Parts: sequence; C-alpha cells; structure tokens
Amino acid sequence: MALVGRSVPRADGPAKVTGTARYVDDLTRPGVLLGATLRSPVARGRLRGIRRDPSFDWTGVTVVTAEDVPVNVVALIEEDQPVLASDDIRHAYEPIALVAAEDPVRLARALRALTPEIDPLPPILTIADALGRKTQIHGPDNIFATYRISKGDAAKAIAESAVRLTGTYRTHHQEQLYIEPQGMLAFWDARGAHLVGSLQCPFYVHKGVMRTFSLDDAHVDVTQAVTGGGFGGKEEYPTLLALHALLLAKKSGRPVKMIYDRQEDIEATTKRHPCEVTISSGCDREGNLSAVSVRIVMDGGAYVTLTPVVLSRGALHAAGAYRWEHVAIEAIAVATNTPPNGAFRGFGAPQTIWAIERHMDRIARELSADPLALREKNLLRVGDTTPTGQFLKESVGVQRCVEEARKASGWDRKRAALGPAAVARPVSAILRRPAPGGSASRKARGIGASVFLHGAGFTGSGERKLKGRVAIDMFRILKEKKPRFTIRTASTDIGQGTETVFRQIAAEALWVSMDRVDFATPSTATVPDSGPTVASRTVMIVGSILESAARDLFARIEQNRQDHGGSFDDAALRLIARDGTIVSEKTYETPADLVWDDATYRGDAYPVFGWGCDIAEVEVDLDTFETTVIGFWVAQDVGKAINPVLCKGQIEGGTLQAIGWALNEKMVIQDGKILNARMTNYVVPTSLDAPRFTTILVEDPYSKGPGGGAKGIGEAPMDGGAPAIAAAIEHATGIVRDDLPLLPEDLFAAGRTGP
Amino acid sequence: MRMTFVVNGLSRTLDAPPLARLLDILRGPLGLTGTKEGCGEGECGSCTVLLDGVPVNACLVVAGQCDGRKILTVEGLASKDALSDLQEAFVKEGGAQCGICTPGVLMAAHALLAANPQPGEGEIRESIAGNICRCTGYQRIVESIRNAAKEQATREPG
Repeated sequence: MALVGRSVPRADGPAKVTGTARYVDDLTRPGVLLGATLRSPVARGRLRGIRRDPSFDWTGVTVVTAEDVPVNVVALIEEDQPVLASDDIRHAYEPIALVAAEDPVRLARALRALTPEIDPLPPILTIADALGRKTQIHGPDNIFATYRISKGDAAKAIAESAVRLTGTYRTHHQEQLYIEPQGMLAFWDARGAHLVGSLQCPFYVHKGVMRTFSLDDAHVDVTQAVTGGGFGGKEEYPTLLALHALLLAKKSGRPVKMIYDRQEDIEATTKRHPCEVTISSGCDREGNLSAVSVRIVMDGGAYVTLTPVVLSRGALHAAGAYRWEHVAIEAIAVATNTPPNGAFRGFGAPQTIWAIERHMDRIARELSADPLALREKNLLRVGDTTPTGQFLKESVGVQRCVEEARKASGWDRKRAALGPAAVARPVSAILRRPAPGGSASRKARGIGASVFLHGAGFTGSGERKLKGRVAIDMFRILKEKKPRFTIRTASTDIGQGTETVFRQIAAEALWVSMDRVDFATPSTATVPDSGPTVASRTVMIVGSILESAARDLFARIEQNRQDHGGSFDDAALRLIARDGTIVSEKTYETPADLVWDDATYRGDAYPVFGWGCDIAEVEVDLDTFETTVIGFWVAQDVGKAINPVLCKGQIEGGTLQAIGWALNEKMVIQDGKILNARMTNYVVPTSLDAPRFTTILVEDPYSKGPGGGAKGIGEAPMDGGAPAIAAAIEHATGIVRDDLPLLPEDLFAAGRTGP
Repeated sequence: MRMTFVVNGLSRTLDAPPLARLLDILRGPLGLTGTKEGCGEGECGSCTVLLDGVPVNACLVVAGQCDGRKILTVEGLASKDALSDLQEAFVKEGGAQCGICTPGVLMAAHALLAANPQPGEGEIRESIAGNICRCTGYQRIVESIRNAAKEQATREPG
C-alpha cells in the first residue's frame, strides 16, 4: 500500500479547518478562575515586599507569593530559577506574585492593587558587561557554561596558511511568535495535580510539578491540548506557567486557567540567544580550507534554563558543512539580567551557521572566488571526519543539495548576468549610483547562497541516557471484524504533523490501512515517556521506535497466523481474544557504533546530519534600502520524506522564520525591558513579504531512519536562510553585513561605515 | 443592550454590553470557539470573521456594531456532510499546520473567492496579507486557495 512517501492528508486537518479542534483557551471547567502574574518592572533588584492596596475589596481574589510555593525551584538542567521571586530580582518581567479571580475585570483590578517594593540594583545587560564582570550576577565569573572542541593544531595551521582571515559575526534575539500564546488549565482532585495546556513536552512539565509539589509520578497528569505552534518556545517555558496555574488552583481550591496576552508572552517568555562569534581561518590561494578557530559567546539571560545545551549545539555546528584539517572551538554562555533565553528552532546552530557562512563569503571575497564554488570545493563527504572526530559513514547528501539548488535557481546564469559582487562602497556612493538599465526604480538585484548541516536527534549520549519509549496497542471494538491500533507516545503534534506521519509509519509497518490507527492524546497518565518534542528527533528517533514496536506486533500476529491459519485479521483477533489488548512497547536502542565522550567532546555528536543549500535572490531598493526576496530555492537532504507535502511545509515555514530573523524581526531592548513587545511593532513576515519557494527534497537515506531512511528535518531550515539573504544583499549592493538583522536602517548604517 | 445577529445563518438574540468585543461574544455566549485570539490588536488576523461578507478582525469590532447584521465564522463554512472546497484543499495541500491561524485565513480566502473566483497568486497573497501564519511560510496556503478555486471552477461551470 506504500503509505510512506505519500502526501496523505493531515489527520488533524478536518478538526482544524472546521474550528472544532480544542486549544487550551477553548477549554473550561465548572468554577474556573482566571489567573494573572505580577511581574518585576526592573531588570535587577532586591524585593522588599509586596504591598496590597487596603482599599481594594479582596473578596474572592486569590493571591499567591513565594511563601506559598512548596519547593521554590523550576526543575530544568539546574535549579537556579525560582517559581516566584522571593528576594533577588534577576530580570524584568520576573514573576513575583500570582492572582486569580472569577472575571477578567476583577482580575486586572486585583493585579493593579498589588505593588512590588523593589530596591533596584545596576543590571548587566550585555555580553561585554557580563564578561567584564562589571557586577557579579552568577558565580564568580558570570559564566553559565563553557565547551571546547579541538582537532589538530588550528593556531599553528592558520599561522602557516597563505590566506588568513578573521571576522566577528553577531546575531540578535528572536521571538518564536507562535500565534497561539502560552496557556495552561490546572486543577487538583483526589488523584493529584492535573494540567492541560499548550506545550511541546508533557514530561518536562511532569518533572517540574513533581519537584515543586513533592508529588510522585502517579499524582501528576499533564495533557497536551491542541497546540498552536511552539518552535521551541513551548519546550521549557510551559513548566513555569503550569506551576503558576497549579499554585493558584491549590490555594483557591478551584480550577485555574492562565492565558498570556501577546505582550506578556513576548516580554516574559524565552527567546533565541543573542550570539557573538569570532572566526579565524586559514586556506590556500585556491580556496582549499585548512584550519579554523572559533570563539562563541552566547547571552543566556538571567537563568540557566536550557542554555548549556543550546551552546553545545551551537559549538558543534560552528565549523559548518566543511572539511577542516584543524579546528579549535571555544564556546561560552554568560548570564545577563534579561529574560532567560531558551529553546528556539535551530537551538544555537542558526547563530553559528550565520557566522561560518558569512565567513565563507569573506573568504570568497578575498579570493575573488564564486561563493558557491568555494563552498562546493570544501564540502564534507562520506569518509570525512567532523571537528569532534565523528567519521561520516553515510547519508551526506550535501553535494546533491548544492547541485540541485544551483541548477533550479539558475545560479550560474544569474551570477554571470549580474556580475561579481558589487564593490563595497560608502552609502553616499550607493545613493548616487544610477539605476541599472536606466530604469527609474533604482533597484539592485543580487543572488546569494548558504550551505548548512543540522545534527538530528539529541547531542552526544542524550538518546542513550533518555531511553525514549513508544507503545502501540492492538484492541477490538465490540463486534468489529478487524482490530484497531492506538499509538501512544509523548511526542506531540504542534503543527509539524506528528499525528499524521506516525500513523503512516505504523500503518505501513503493520500492513493495515491508516484509518485503523489512532493517535492517543499525549497525556503523562497514559503514554510512555518518548522524550521531548525537540531536536529534530520526533520522526527520526521516536518514529523509529514506533516502527520497531509496530514491526514486533506485526511479527506476533504473523506468527499466530502461521501457527493457526486464517487471515491477518483472524490472527490478530485470536490474540486479542486470548490476551485482551495487546501492547507492543519499545525502548530506543542507540546504535552500538555511536560513541561519545562528554568530557572531551570527542566522538559521534549526532547519529546523522541533515544537509541543505539555500539560494536567495533579492532586490534592494537603493533609496529606501528595503530588501525584497524575489526568489528562494531550498534543497534539503531529508533522508526520506515520509509525507512530502508536510515535509515541504516544514522546510518552507522554517526558512521563512529565518528570512524574518534577517529582514523583519528586531527586538528592541532598553534597560532590560522590551520596547516592542507587540505584533504591531515586532514584525514577522506576511504573505506579501514571503517569497515563492522552490523546495527540493533530496533523499540520501539514513540506514537507521524509519520509513526507509528518514532524518530529522524540523530545524535545519532555520539555519541557512539568513546568511543566504545577507550574501544576496552583498551581491546586489556591495554592503557587507556581518551582524543581523538586515533591516533598511541596518543596511544604511553599514553602508555608511563600510565593511 | 439587546441585539440580534444572524450567525452562520441562524438568528441569535442576546443581551450584551454594546462595547463588548465581537470576539468575546462569539467565543463566550455563542460558544463559537473556532474563532481564535492571537494578539487582541488586529495584527494577526486569527479572529477574522465575515461581517456582511466583509472580513473584519473580531477583536476590533464591538458587538453593538453588529446588531441586525450577518456574521460568518469558520463553523459556518462546511455543509452538514461535507467540507467546503477551501477546507478540503487546506487539509490536502498542507494549508494548515498548527491550525491556530487557519480559521482566520479560511475566512479571508472565502471572502476572496466569493468576490473573485479565479484569483492570481498576487491577489491571493494580498487577500491573506492581514493573516499572520508562523508555520507554513504561506506557500501551502497559497496553493490550497488556488486549488480550491480550481475545484470550484470545475464544479460550477460558467
């Protein structure tokens, strides 16, 4: 029946297009109260107390402060973040108290009747101030984490190279801006704590609730509601919101719903880590790369959250998709008094890929080489080793990605027609430059490229430690002639299409039609812990566990059929008649040949990599410096596309987020506070800003991927968009930007100062 | 204030403050939670509904303005036993991912196809420019609308 490789319609589609899909704000319970959060107005200080307006009628209003929190920590990698601040205030918008009331008007008034009394302290707001230890805000040195990766002798090899180049490349905050704001519904009963919410990782929330309320796992039930986008923003943050809602529910004795409004969501929740990367490289005059030295500094914000893991992934991608004989990478994350930065699609890699790709363009400029040809010459191949010494055994489809993107975009013809990159020149010269072809529009065209890789699945020994589990149940509905199947997994569908793709994988392995396979609502009470929905691991890792569980089940049925005759369905029903519901549960088995050493950062950093090439064609208005993306070509090696339409949807959506990061999105922060925390002024691309994408799926299968070789694809599209756009702008105008973003005012400023 | 709307073809009378947001009336007393709130300030378009056939942001329209008028929400698009061409196309072509912007996008597209049954790509993009989607990159949405228009044309010749 070949379900894998077919674009079957999405299983949750009908509910979503008829308005019957229930998101958390569409849910309610009898007696439900609404909850809100009192937040710090300053970036750093000492909390002396919280004043309650005595003239306000507090009847029916529940107030929760730090004193009400049983164990006042958010259990993530470290336990440095309190659920509610009790004395130290470490960032603006830090939660201080919680309020619940029956109606939104009373709730808003009650919130205004609370005033935090804070003695402000001077904050650390930049990477430079954190490293300069202007004030000590975390440990002795304001450093959250440090990693080092080394191969060969980079310093010596660079010194001996004919062409030595150094550059510093910076990236800025980015807001996930899922269209459904964060939300959680909490209640307590005799069986403990219950949560239904908008979230990616039910078991992260589960762990946090167990820790803060000292409950065992049977007394915490976390259920995912239909979730309106996440992009990492609903990876770790929902734990904090869940704890808040549960605290209010516990004290009030009523169910409590908390839904952030857009401004609160942008201000208080995590964002992409800003990053500074300095790269020195050595190569010969022909452009054969030899050595690279990279120093990465990321701004973690006020608490650790997931910063060390983001930093690690950034470091592991910092050398790009290229062969270097000698590599030295040092990565540091610092603390600042800004809202904690956290998971966002790409997870550190977009920052370092931006840097290495801009640096590749720097090398091409220096050598007067075609930027794509320079990259092609140095691409990693099967048999090469990465900076951690990982030997690439298979599924390195990057060469084909470059070829496909080059061909589809007409790169050679367009580069020839448009000529080499415009010479870098001051903005005054650009403003005087006549319009090409004598047209009145004064617009300049350019085309630029990027090449990228993305490690699929958890880093290093992550999967080995996690041991993700998936179950598939086989049962009979009364009088039905055929068995039915239910997939039970903690992997959530947040829009990517998990429910659909998992049904395809399971139905194919069982040789049954898809309409006989259900997807259980992820709820910690009923599904095994498959690990979090992150790291481009859902299809590749969890999908492979599912495939293996389904194959085991198929083998049991097939054995029964051979032993006792009849059809597949006869055999399945016989098994059910004898044993009741049949459960096939499997645990992930890390391939035995994957070796990783956390202490030395040597070995197989990822089971396999996804690869890609982006080509952007832009038109820059030479009067307004506005950039229009007129064409965009993506070729991505996905191993095997289980559902090509959903797969292309991931690639296009992720690429547009990358384009938005470059051309539209800019978080304006002053004194640690966000000045544009609204959709009116934090601008993301619309349908008119988005280019028409040409999306090419390259399939170089991964031998252990499900469905005949699927690899992780969710995050890679975030990696290549920004550098391709910057390269195209450079080609069009001669303006070289090493820092994001690339808004008109940024191009104007760069043009004014020159590279 | 007592007011009467025709919502998805049914006449509904209720008492509500005249300055209540249409969005809250739909999601609250009328129980139509298919219309979503993404920003509350008319930027994201998730709450798009049709007021006398014209797309509006239900977060920016007050209930009193709607007295005696016709409102169409996402719940009113499908017939009793079949999805509309647009809905069908969104399911098949990947026009919906997380689905939170989908109701609003569908309403904007519905208004477009009612006025212009065979729109070009530029017209399609223009019609949904007030609807922010963070998942799809818009391409699958554009394809969905284009395919729905084609489907409609083959079914209703002339």
